[in-house]
Amino acid sequence: MASFLHGVKVPHRKNTENMTAVKMPVGKIVSIPTVMHIGAPANVVVKAGDLVKVGTLIAEANGYVSSNIYSSVSGKVLKIEDKLLSNGRVAPSVVIESDGEMTVDEGIKPYEITSKEDLIKALRLSGIVGLGGAGFPTFVKFDTDKAVDELIINGAECEPYITSDSLTMVEKTDYIEYAIQVITKFIDIKRVIIGIEKNKPKAIGKMRQLADRNPIVSIKLLPSIYPQGAEKVLVYHTIGKVIGQGKLPLDVGAIVSNCTTMASIGEFLKTGMPLVEKCVTVDGDAVAKPQNVIVPIGTSVSDVFEFCSGFKKEPKKVLYGGPMMGISVPDMDVPVIKNTNAILAFSEKMAFLPKTTACIRCGRCLNTCPFGINPAGIEKAFKRDDLDAAEKFGVALCMECGCCSFVCPANRPLVQTNKMAKATLLSQKKGK
Amino acid sequence: MSNKLNLSVSPHIHSKNSTSTIMRDVIIALLPAAVAGVVIFGLRALGVIAVCVAVAVISEYIFNYITKKEQTIGDLSAVVTGLLLALNLPANTPLWQAAIGSIFAIIVVKCLFGGIGCNIVNPAITARVFMLIAFTNLSSAAFPTLVDTVAGATPLAILKDGGLVSIESLVFGTIGGAIGETCKIALVLGGIYLLVRRVITWHIPIIYITTTFIFTFILQDFDILQSLSFTLSGGLILGAFFMATDYVTSPATKWGKVIFAVGAGLLTVVIRTWGSYPEGVSFAILLMNILNPYICSWTPRKLFGGKGK
Repeated sequence: MASFLHGVKVPHRKNTENMTAVKMPVGKIVSIPTVMHIGAPANVVVKAGDLVKVGTLIAEANGYVSSNIYSSVSGKVLKIEDKLLSNGRVAPSVVIESDGEMTVDEGIKPYEITSKEDLIKALRLSGIVGLGGAGFPTFVKFDTDKAVDELIINGAECEPYITSDSLTMVEKTDYIEYAIQVITKFIDIKRVIIGIEKNKPKAIGKMRQLADRNPIVSIKLLPSIYPQGAEKVLVYHTIGKVIGQGKLPLDVGAIVSNCTTMASIGEFLKTGMPLVEKCVTVDGDAVAKPQNVIVPIGTSVSDVFEFCSGFKKEPKKVLYGGPMMGISVPDMDVPVIKNTNAILAFSEKMAFLPKTTACIRCGRCLNTCPFGINPAGIEKAFKRDDLDAAEKFGVALCMECGCCSFVCPANRPLVQTNKMAKATLLSQKKGK
Repeated sequence: MSNKLNLSVSPHIHSKNSTSTIMRDVIIALLPAAVAGVVIFGLRALGVIAVCVAVAVISEYIFNYITKKEQTIGDLSAVVTGLLLALNLPANTPLWQAAIGSIFAIIVVKCLFGGIGCNIVNPAITARVFMLIAFTNLSSAAFPTLVDTVAGATPLAILKDGGLVSIESLVFGTIGGAIGETCKIALVLGGIYLLVRRVITWHIPIIYITTTFIFTFILQDFDILQSLSFTLSGGLILGAFFMATDYVTSPATKWGKVIFAVGAGLLTVVIRTWGSYPEGVSFAILLMNILNPYICSWTPRKLFGGKGK
């Protein structure tokens, strides 16, 4: 490998790294969206008035790239209603009134896996999606006839504040190990590499022990430089392979899976319980009691904050995910979904970014971009409607990691412009 | 919980850098050279510095006011331009000429091209060259009031005539020259500060100075002492650390910086050796400023997994 890709030193602010996860009691109401993944919304299979239990199927995968959705509580379905989701899509949500009992569905039982087909089928049933953020249905990644050299487990967790992944590595080591054992037994994978940033000694310790027990597994320590957890960056830094524009890890013979996804797979195979709860880092300067909380999926963000003793400062911005790539949400009624790894609340001081000034052509954006994109050049090109130039500067490669905007001394909205330029390019190409 | 939440595109945190913190760092880095200039050349030097800085800031303020633009003097870039111009002038510059130079730098070179970030050449250097041509009576150097030195000729002129200048006086700056260019210790101190604060990278200053030294070394029949004297004379160190590294008018990529610095080094020696002016740093940087857009387009960063692969 030539050298590490560029990136930025973000403040870590891992305030919750030494806390164990606390399970919160279920709220009165959960609202579970039918889209918590990349792909088609799942088809609702329950109706108002139906009684459901923890683990009862409430929406069925609609097509290949889609995912099953299960109830996270026991209780009664109140209604199915269309809701605006954080990605801007409107999709039906199943609203369930909890009876507080958390009775488990009778159908939940451990899986006997005897073949690759069994495994793919089980993963498909599990409702597990990429929990690192993208929410791509997990079984699709493994459902391949191509040769797989490496399974790379993403334990980088490079976003500030978030500690739920490293906590999962520490607390659910057994499940991760079980998932690795089953997957490598039925899918031909040459080696398993766990990539972890150096700033997580506890998780590294646990994963080292795991690697000692399983010769197929090795650990790759990564520098604490954002964005180590980005898929293409992780693959390059662990196995030295370059994933080209528009390509997937499988094109270079690798499958990348987040460590929490692996833990969920292990838990599902061992217990039969599908993905119905999620460990979420609750933090931010407005939160009274930052901690990691195990939350039933569909619980509203406001219920979670309330469990963390509410706010010590008035919240002015609430994020799904970390501050570098997280999505700001319009209100606190939005639910915790499958791929929510953190919810952060910020006070006035941190909710608004500094004023934008003129570009001084310092080149910081260009020199920190992991992929060598020229964000300042793209911004100028986009302003003069020169999409060809924007494309030449590499806009299509942009993964929106936020390094450019983070370092810009003029506080220019570079990621935002990249997003717009990418969308414009895409619609232009579709139009042709 | 009915309060409204702010919605914005990620990222939601930001580094502490801003244009004004960068400019503040440049000012801090120039202070040792400014202080050394005042010590070596007397209070008159302070007058030139004060006039240049004040006129630069006021010019920008008035320009923004008249053209109804947002006020930008808070970013401190006008202070940097004024300070750099002053440090490039001899202490005996008539104050009215210093003021006109400052107005030229800010209004003509910077504001008329669209303000900070839009100028195509470095304002301070261009103003210095403008003054050199416009005010023919302006000498290129004043002489130290502090100690007795060879009067009447700058080190470059002496060296060009085959004379010798002591390395010690070149390092401490007790020689003729512009206010901020003579004390190399102060300049290097400031340069190191900029490197440590990551305001600049080492590429341009180190390669510029090295290129100048090597080219001189060849032309001076491999006489190390003489070549070292040439390298430490004139405005090279000031130019290499503080003018050639100007973001707006120099390349951002590593290889762009290399080409820019090598070009500036070669031009400096060519002008010093065969030109009619004894000093070539200002002209060399100005010429490379003009070539900068081309250098930038020749040296893009390689895209990771880009379509070319």
